[in-house]
Amino acid sequence: MTLVAIAFYIMALITVASGFLVITAKNPVHSVLFLILAFFSAAGLFVLLGAEFLAMLLVVVYVGAVAVLFLFVVMMLDVDFSKLRQGFANYLPIGGVVALVLMTELIMISFAVAERGAAAGNEPQAFTADATNIETIGRVLYTDYVYLFQAAGFVLLVAMIGAIVLTLKHRTNVKRQDISTQVGRQRKNAVAIVKVKTGEGIKE
Amino acid sequence: MEATSFWATPWGWTIITIGQALAVIVGVMVSLAFLLWGDRKVWAGVQMRKGPNVVGPFGLMQSFADFFKFVLKEVVIPAGADKIVFLLAPLITFILAFMSWAVIPFAPGWVVSDINVGILYLFAISSLGVYGIIMGGWASNSKYPFLGALRSAAQMVSYEVSIGLIVICVILLVGDMNLSRIVEHQAGGFWNWHAFAPKTIIVMFPVMIMFYVSALAETNRPPFDLPEAESELVAGYQVEYSSTPYLLFMIGEYANIVLMCALITILFFGGWQAPYPTAGFLEPGSVFEAIHGLLWFILKVVFWFVMFAIAKAIVPRYRYDQLMRLGWKVFLPASLVAVVLIAAYRVFGGNLI
Repeated sequence: MTLVAIAFYIMALITVASGFLVITAKNPVHSVLFLILAFFSAAGLFVLLGAEFLAMLLVVVYVGAVAVLFLFVVMMLDVDFSKLRQGFANYLPIGGVVALVLMTELIMISFAVAERGAAAGNEPQAFTADATNIETIGRVLYTDYVYLFQAAGFVLLVAMIGAIVLTLKHRTNVKRQDISTQVGRQRKNAVAIVKVKTGEGIKE
Repeated sequence: MEATSFWATPWGWTIITIGQALAVIVGVMVSLAFLLWGDRKVWAGVQMRKGPNVVGPFGLMQSFADFFKFVLKEVVIPAGADKIVFLLAPLITFILAFMSWAVIPFAPGWVVSDINVGILYLFAISSLGVYGIIMGGWASNSKYPFLGALRSAAQMVSYEVSIGLIVICVILLVGDMNLSRIVEHQAGGFWNWHAFAPKTIIVMFPVMIMFYVSALAETNRPPFDLPEAESELVAGYQVEYSSTPYLLFMIGEYANIVLMCALITILFFGGWQAPYPTAGFLEPGSVFEAIHGLLWFILKVVFWFVMFAIAKAIVPRYRYDQLMRLGWKVFLPASLVAVVLIAAYRVFGGNLI
């Protein structure tokens, strides 16, 4: 067995095991931590495939940003698991149907891979030494798929605007700090020197 | 001939790589001990104190004394803590801080792993650094650590955005993500360093300062040390930690700070390039060239570390809303404009700097 094969089996095992633990862990924070471990070892699998750019993006985007916010939310929630488990039997049929559909799709994909994909010898175009896979992805992404790429960007923009519109409450009764007025404040506008006569005080 | 064939096999390669990794880790650890001493000396100097001056000559051995003090203490784990996560958190901080050093080029050819996506790897690892802090804060099962963890999560995610955009500026200038290529691109004198290159200095010099400030926020250094602000949160996410776990947190934090100094050096200050042209008297590939480069690299990293230390000593702490305003309303638009300007320069301004 080569080093690559050993690395593959270790990382695949960690991915599958942590994926399993995501659903079985009692504590929701532990679930999220196992999810992060699954993401991370999946990134390792990408590196073994020679797709180091995708691996790094997976870590930066999913592990470094999305999962942090996810963990952030889950840590602050006080989840009562006995309550969540109450309706388990009611949701079982619909959950079963979803699982069945996913299972069928996975089987179909694996058949397609076996007949027409990598298993049948039609391997995806491997990156070459003179073109790194960043360049290769960039060339396809900004030419053949540029409209889809832009459309995906717009979908994200709309989602972002939607989230801001839903949560933004403009309150007018709070004191705000305006740094430009603070910095632009002059001495003559702020300080007045007054000569005060004894016993009279300042009349405004 | 037998020896060379052994080093070419996977096992020989593994042994060589482990040796290189150990060399880098030990080197960084030892220099951290002295940098920590330097940090405290600068801090003391600004406050007109003497600083550590008892252990060893000039107090140089102070960090080693502190090391043994931490290691020999008792590890206290709070009763309500999540034991595994509690102990995992400092380990993660420590390991991630040293993982990043794998791609740092110290001198020409002196790099453990010269990968093509080097800078993206650094970015990925540093974005993982937040987990040590969040996990530590949550697992302590206490209010102050939890608040510190929440603050640091928001802070580090925010400043990563501007750091990412600034890094894109450099990638656009070089056209490569490999850190050695980025350094080689700045060869031939300080007027070729990205911070000072005449044609782009108007954009790149302010961008370098933005990177420096973002690096302060990313490493939870003062004036942005809100996750561990002692006047508000006692010690933030580290309150419940003692002994070796605390030591791991602290070493990880300092390793990250020095890493950020190294990153500024590589991205903007020419890495191991000397500020004068070396083409005449340094033979490419010679040992002398490597040591010459290493010395310049160390000098520049120490310079930026002193900048970090001075910022800690002289700048008052930011309020949390001011921190968020700076990150999202100032640095994000400014770095976005910088990316547009640099991209325009690359398209319309010719291919060479």
